[in-house]
Amino acid sequence: MKTKNAAAWPGGFRLSDWLYKYGTLLTIVLLVLIFGASTDHFFSNSNLVNILRSISIVTIIATGLTVSLAVGGFDLSVGSTASVACAVCVSMFVWYGQPLWAGIAAALLAGLVVGLVNAFLVTRFKIQDMLMTLATMFVFQGLALTYSRGATISENMILPGGDFATGQIPDAFRLLGRVPWIIIIMLVVVLAVHLFLNYTKYGRYMYMIGGNPEAAKLSGIPVNRYRLAAYVISALLAGLGGIVLGARVGSAEVNAGSPYLMEAVAAAFIGFSVFGAGKPNALGTFAGAVLIGVLSNGLIMLSVPYYAMDIVKGGVLAAALAITYIRGRH
Amino acid sequence: MARTAEGLLEMRGISIAFPGVQALDGADFTASAGRAHALIGANGAGKSTLMKVLAGAYGHYAGEIRIDGRTVNIRTPGDAKAHGIQVVYQEVDTALVPNLSVGENIMMEKLVHEMKGRHLVRWGEMHRAAEDVLGRLEVRIPTRKRAAELTLAEKQMVLIARAMTTDCRFLILDEPTAPLSRAETERLFRLIRLLKSRGTGIIFISHRLPELYEICEDITVMRDGRVVARGRLPDMTQQQIVEHMLGSKWEGQFPRRSNKPGRVLFEAKDIRDGGKVKGVSLFIRAGEIVGLAGLVGAGKSELCRALFGASGTVAGEMTLNGRRLAIGSPHDAVRSGLALVPEERRREGVFVDETVTANLTVATLSRYTRLGAWLSAAKEREAAGGIISRLGVKTPGGGARVANLSGGNQQKIAIGKWLLADADVYLFDEPTKGVDVGAKRDIYELVAGLAERGKGVLYATGELPEIMGLTDRVYVMYDGRIVRELITARTSEDEIMLYSTGGTGT
Repeated sequence: MKTKNAAAWPGGFRLSDWLYKYGTLLTIVLLVLIFGASTDHFFSNSNLVNILRSISIVTIIATGLTVSLAVGGFDLSVGSTASVACAVCVSMFVWYGQPLWAGIAAALLAGLVVGLVNAFLVTRFKIQDMLMTLATMFVFQGLALTYSRGATISENMILPGGDFATGQIPDAFRLLGRVPWIIIIMLVVVLAVHLFLNYTKYGRYMYMIGGNPEAAKLSGIPVNRYRLAAYVISALLAGLGGIVLGARVGSAEVNAGSPYLMEAVAAAFIGFSVFGAGKPNALGTFAGAVLIGVLSNGLIMLSVPYYAMDIVKGGVLAAALAITYIRGRH
Repeated sequence: MARTAEGLLEMRGISIAFPGVQALDGADFTASAGRAHALIGANGAGKSTLMKVLAGAYGHYAGEIRIDGRTVNIRTPGDAKAHGIQVVYQEVDTALVPNLSVGENIMMEKLVHEMKGRHLVRWGEMHRAAEDVLGRLEVRIPTRKRAAELTLAEKQMVLIARAMTTDCRFLILDEPTAPLSRAETERLFRLIRLLKSRGTGIIFISHRLPELYEICEDITVMRDGRVVARGRLPDMTQQQIVEHMLGSKWEGQFPRRSNKPGRVLFEAKDIRDGGKVKGVSLFIRAGEIVGLAGLVGAGKSELCRALFGASGTVAGEMTLNGRRLAIGSPHDAVRSGLALVPEERRREGVFVDETVTANLTVATLSRYTRLGAWLSAAKEREAAGGIISRLGVKTPGGGARVANLSGGNQQKIAIGKWLLADADVYLFDEPTKGVDVGAKRDIYELVAGLAERGKGVLYATGELPEIMGLTDRVYVMYDGRIVRELITARTSEDEIMLYSTGGTGT
C-alpha cells in the first residue's frame, strides 16, 4: 500500500520521505494555525515569548539527553540530576549564604559528579544504558530528597533546629529565570550543542560511536572516553536545567526536576527526524520542545481543563511521532 | 508456450527502480522443478533484488511472473509463500528466534498460520512434527535445543526445514555456503540433492564458482540489472562465467609483484588471548605480504584482533621498528601505526548510516580540523575524494550513505580509511569475503601496492588461491597456534591444507 503510493509519485518523490523530514515542522505549523485561528491572543508577542520561556528548561535538559543519545546511550537520570542541582544551588544561597558564583559552581559540580558516576557504571558494566540510568535515576532522586530532608528549600524556611534560614537568593540569580535571560541561555545551549555535534571532531566521533560502536572501536576511536564525555555533558546540561529551574521558581521544590524527564525524552525523539537527520540532533530536539510547548500553550488558551490536557497532549505527540517514524522501511 | 509449462517458474521482463538506481532492467529468469539453477553475478548485479522480487519483498516492480504457465501476482511475502516460493537468506539469524527451540523455529509457519480456533500449543505433537521434517531431510538436530546454540550450518538446515513444512515448490538459497566449512557445505549439498530428487526447484546464489558444478544444472549470469548469459552449466567454463560477470576479458587475477621484502618491521612474541590464541609468535618484514592460512575457527580473526588490541585480554609482546608497543586498545594500535580491516564488514568495518566521506576520514579525523577540533568539510572532501578515485569506489559521491553501496564498494571504504591513516603494518582479515570478482582484483592490487610502498601486510584468509597468488610467506594456523611457517614459492595449496587440517606432514 505504502510502496505503491510511493511508486506513483514521479521524480522519485516519496510522501513518506517528505513527511519524515518535515512532519514535525508541519505539525508545529498546523498547530500554530489552528490555535491562532481559534484564540485571540495566541499570536501576540508576549504569548510567543511565553511559549519560548515555558520550554526553555525542558529544552536545556533535552539537549543534554540528546548528547547521550548521540553516542547510542540513554540518560534517564536527567530529571533527577536537575533536582539535585536545583537543591544544591538553592541551598547554597539559603542555608549557607553563599554568593551567586558559588551556588552555580556547586550545582554544576554536583552535575559533574552525577555524570561521572553514570559514565563509570555504563562503561564499566555491560548493562544497557537505559536500565543503568533508570537505577541511578532513583538513586539521585533519593539523594536530592535526602539532602533537602524531604522538604522544599526556600528563603526563610524553618530549619530542623527550629531556626529560620537566613540566606537570601541573589537577585542576579532570579534574573536567570526571567525573560530574556532564560531564553538566551536555552538558545545558546542549543546552538552550542548543535555546533559541537555537527562541526567538531568530537561530535563526529560521538555519532560514529552511536552508529556502530564496534566499527568505531576498530577505527581507533577511544569509545569509552567519548561515552564518558557524553554522559558528563548530559549531566552538566541537566544540572544547568536545574539551576535555571531554581532561578525561575525561586526555591527548590521536592523532586522539582522529575517532571521534565518525560517531556525531554519526547522532545529528543521527535527531533530525530527533523530535516531528515535520522539521528539525535540539537536543532531537532529544540523543534520537538517547541512542538510540545505550542501544544501546552494553545490548549491552555483554549481553556481545555487541566485534567484533560494530558489526553490531548499525548494524542498529538503520538501523531507527531507516527509521522516522524512513518519511514519505517525494512 | 509450446512446451509444457508444468513445474516451470518464469520471470519475464522484470524491472524495478529505487531512488537513483535502476536495480533491474528487463531481467528474464526461468527455473524448473527438480533442478538447481545457479544465479551468478558480481555484487550489485541485481541477483538479490531479482530474488527479493520473487519472494514478494518488493511490490512495485514491472514485469510478469508465471508458474506452471499461469500468470501469478506476487506483491507481498504472503503471495510468494502461497505460491510455494521460500527463501533462506544469507543472514540466517534474522529469520530465527534465538530464544525458542529448534522445534518451534521449524514449525513457526504452522504455529503462526495454522492455529485456527486453537489456542494451546501441544508441545509433544509439535516436537514430533518437527522431528518428522528433520527426519525426512535426513538432518539430525535435537528439536528441543535453543536455536541460539546452533552452529551457522545447523541454523541453515533449520530454515530449510521450516521451508519444507510448507508446500514449498521453489527454494531460494542466498549465498548459503559463504560462511560454511567444506564439510558443512558437503552436508548442505547432500540436502539439496535430496530436495531436488523430490521435485523442489532450487535457486542457488553463490560467489564460489567451483562448487556450482557440483550441484547446479542450469545457470543465469547477471550484470548491471540485466541477464547477460544463461544456459546449461556444464556447457560453461568458470572462465566464461567470470567473463560474463565482468563483461570483459579476465586476465591474471593476482597482480605481479616485484619488490623484495626488507628488514623485519613488526614482531609479535607469544601472543595469548583466552582459549582462542595460544602462544603465537610471528614477524612481518617491510614490503612483505605474509599470509595467515587456516580453516574457519582456527583463530585467524582472533589473532588479528589480539594484535590490534581489540580484545581486552591479550598477553604477549609486540615490537614495531624495534620499538616495544604497549597496545591495550585499538586506539593505541592506530597511534602506533597498525591498521585492521576486520572480517565482518557491516558490523565492524563501516558505518552504514554515515556518508562515504565520514567513513573514510574517521580514522584520521584530527587532520581535517581547524582551530583544534573544528572540522573542515573542504579538507575532508578533498581527502575522501582522493581515496574514492584512487580505489575506484562506485558511489554517486562522497555524500552518499554507505548503506546504499554494494558489498565490494563498502569493503573498499573499510580499507580506504586506513590508506588515509598511512599505517606501517596492515592486518587484513578475509578482505574479499562476499566481494565480487572485479572488486577482489582491485583489493589484491591495493594490498600489493601497500607492500610495494614498504608496508608490512598480514593477510588472513581461508581462500588458498589468495595465499598462493598474493603472499611471500605463510603462517598456517590450527587450533589457535601457528603450526607451520612456509615460503609461498616453495609450497602448494595441498601442503597448506594438510597443515590447516592438523596434519603433521612428516
